Amino acid sequence: MIRIDSVTKRYPDGTVAVDRLSLEIPDRSITVLVGPSGCGKTTTLRMINRMVEPSEGRILLDGADIREQPVNTLRRSMGYVIQNAGLFQHRTILDNIATVPRLLGWNRQRARARAAELMERVGLDSSLAKRYPYQLSGGQQQRVGVARALAADPPVLLMDEPFSAVDPVVRKGLQEELLRIQDELGKTIVFVTHDIDEAIKLGTMVAVLRTGGRLAQYAPPAELLTAPADDFVEDFLGTDRGIRRLSFFASSALELKTSPIVAVDSTAEQIATRGAGDTPYLLVTDLDGRPLGWAEPGELTAGEIDPGRLLPYGRPFEHGQESLRAALDGAVLSPTGWAVGVDGSGRVVGVVSQQTIGEAIRGAHAEGAAVAAGTEAEVSG
Amino acid sequence: MNVLNFVNAFFSDGAHWHGYDGIPTRLAEHVQYSLIALAIAAAVALPVGLVTGHYGRGGNALALIATAGRALPSFGLLVLMVILVGFGMVPVMVPLVVLAVPPILVTTYEALRSVDPSPVDAARGMGMHESRILFRVEVPVALPLILSGLRSAAIQIVSTATIAAYIGVGGLGRYIIDGLYQRDYEKVVGGATLVAVLALATLGVFWGAARVAVSPGVRRGA
Ligand SMILES: Nc1ncnc2c1ncn2[C@@H]1O[C@H](COP(=O)(O)OP(=O)(O)OP(=O)(O)O)[C@@H](O)[C@H]1O
Ligand SMILES: [Mg+2]
Repeated sequence: MIRIDSVTKRYPDGTVAVDRLSLEIPDRSITVLVGPSGCGKTTTLRMINRMVEPSEGRILLDGADIREQPVNTLRRSMGYVIQNAGLFQHRTILDNIATVPRLLGWNRQRARARAAELMERVGLDSSLAKRYPYQLSGGQQQRVGVARALAADPPVLLMDEPFSAVDPVVRKGLQEELLRIQDELGKTIVFVTHDIDEAIKLGTMVAVLRTGGRLAQYAPPAELLTAPADDFVEDFLGTDRGIRRLSFFASSALELKTSPIVAVDSTAEQIATRGAGDTPYLLVTDLDGRPLGWAEPGELTAGEIDPGRLLPYGRPFEHGQESLRAALDGAVLSPTGWAVGVDGSGRVVGVVSQQTIGEAIRGAHAEGAAVAAGTEAEVSG
Repeated sequence: MNVLNFVNAFFSDGAHWHGYDGIPTRLAEHVQYSLIALAIAAAVALPVGLVTGHYGRGGNALALIATAGRALPSFGLLVLMVILVGFGMVPVMVPLVVLAVPPILVTTYEALRSVDPSPVDAARGMGMHESRILFRVEVPVALPLILSGLRSAAIQIVSTATIAAYIGVGGLGRYIIDGLYQRDYEKVVGGATLVAVLALATLGVFWGAARVAVSPGVRRGA
């Protein structure tokens, strides 16, 4: 565990970048430092690998002051990823990744074998190994940066806005990759960003810093959204934190209806029976059970269902996997006001109305107190 | 008078190809003086340029030294050195080294300063020693510029080494000085042509060195 113990950093020009900051960074999880520009995130991160020395206070790694070991030994035990990757342009991708193993005295062959392994781990095609950094896209370079930091298998990973220089689509891919890698490797990651959505998506714990380098709140993301400590944090979270908070509640709480579902080859009798239920619309699926669209029962004629004329079904949510936010989104996107729940392979498992989702949300809010108390209820999506 | 005729006459005269005043001897002397001067200048200027560039300190002092060095006239320095230490190789080397140090020093410093700071930061963050950062991260990227500083120094040395002839030592300058004295313009033009060819050959050597020594990852665009 990394413990930041009442640390202050005053630069020689008098700027107080970090002010009596204390944080306990749990092992094998992602701790995000977030806050407006200039609030001291980078300074805090760089004090952990002693790129910056604190003016006051101390930092403990597994109980020992980080100043007790030689600075380069400390740094080699911590992967370091920066914005724009900072790759060595004169070295091939493979040799970039092999840097720290080489520093640790591994022979070239072993270091390169390890680097090749890492390329695969971060989702880089092996055909890129012999290329130079300028021949890679920004997103690929960033992956190389992550691979390079992981190469010597350090227990700690320090990441300073690693994904902020790439476009939103690539960034999303990189974030998901990081979560996947973290699932496999269980590193202690300290991640700096100024993007609160990124913080909420990646963080197990999120530390919100305010200008002047003071800690505003340190909490799991769900708690941050439920109970912001003050106006600054609330402001920083943005306007739709109620909706965003739904990301932390599983859609498995929703009771899905299966009665208003008909296959495209249904008989007139089946359509009539299903249509007689208490729902105003029927969902038509293809023969594999994948959704095609909605229709009023009276508009469906057996054997002559034209998928092109059905009402759109919005974006289906993966029941149990995705969150209440995804379910609500699906319901809002469909003109019928109903959301379609699917399984992992996209087959319909049931449908649910906005009203039912609303009840589930109210139930979840009641549960919110429990979440705020630290219960793990994190769901992707 | 036709310069090409002079050139032709000079090089086709068999007497110019052997003996202590033959082209091979003079050329070898000239190359030798130039190499020694370049080696001394590089030995002085490269370490200073690398270290100041790496730490980003002393840029102003360097600029001052460089300007002072450039302001000293080579010929004046030669005469001064002869007065101070007498004839020999030392009075020849001093002006050449003084001439070559500023371009190497300033370009090396600037080359290191122009290296993208983020890989350097990454290298330091992963626990590289400063000397390794300098030689394995900064120098490979700064190499094209460093070589260009050495190249301009070398070219200047090659053309200025002709002054050695004024104080009776060898080199291609002999043809020019003796030719002028003897009103043998064939010799003057021939000597000047050889100096020009040697300068071009120097360019070629540096071009080749850059091809071999600079990583393809750095060379693009440069
Ligand atoms: N070397 C330095 N000397 C003086 N002041 C500095 C130095 N480095 C940072 N600062 C100041 O310290 C404060 C915190 O800087 P820091 O880089 O830690 O912020 P940050 O939260 O990472 O910001 P950003 O999101 O813009 O990267 C800023 O006011 C900055 O100007
Ligand atoms: Mg920063």
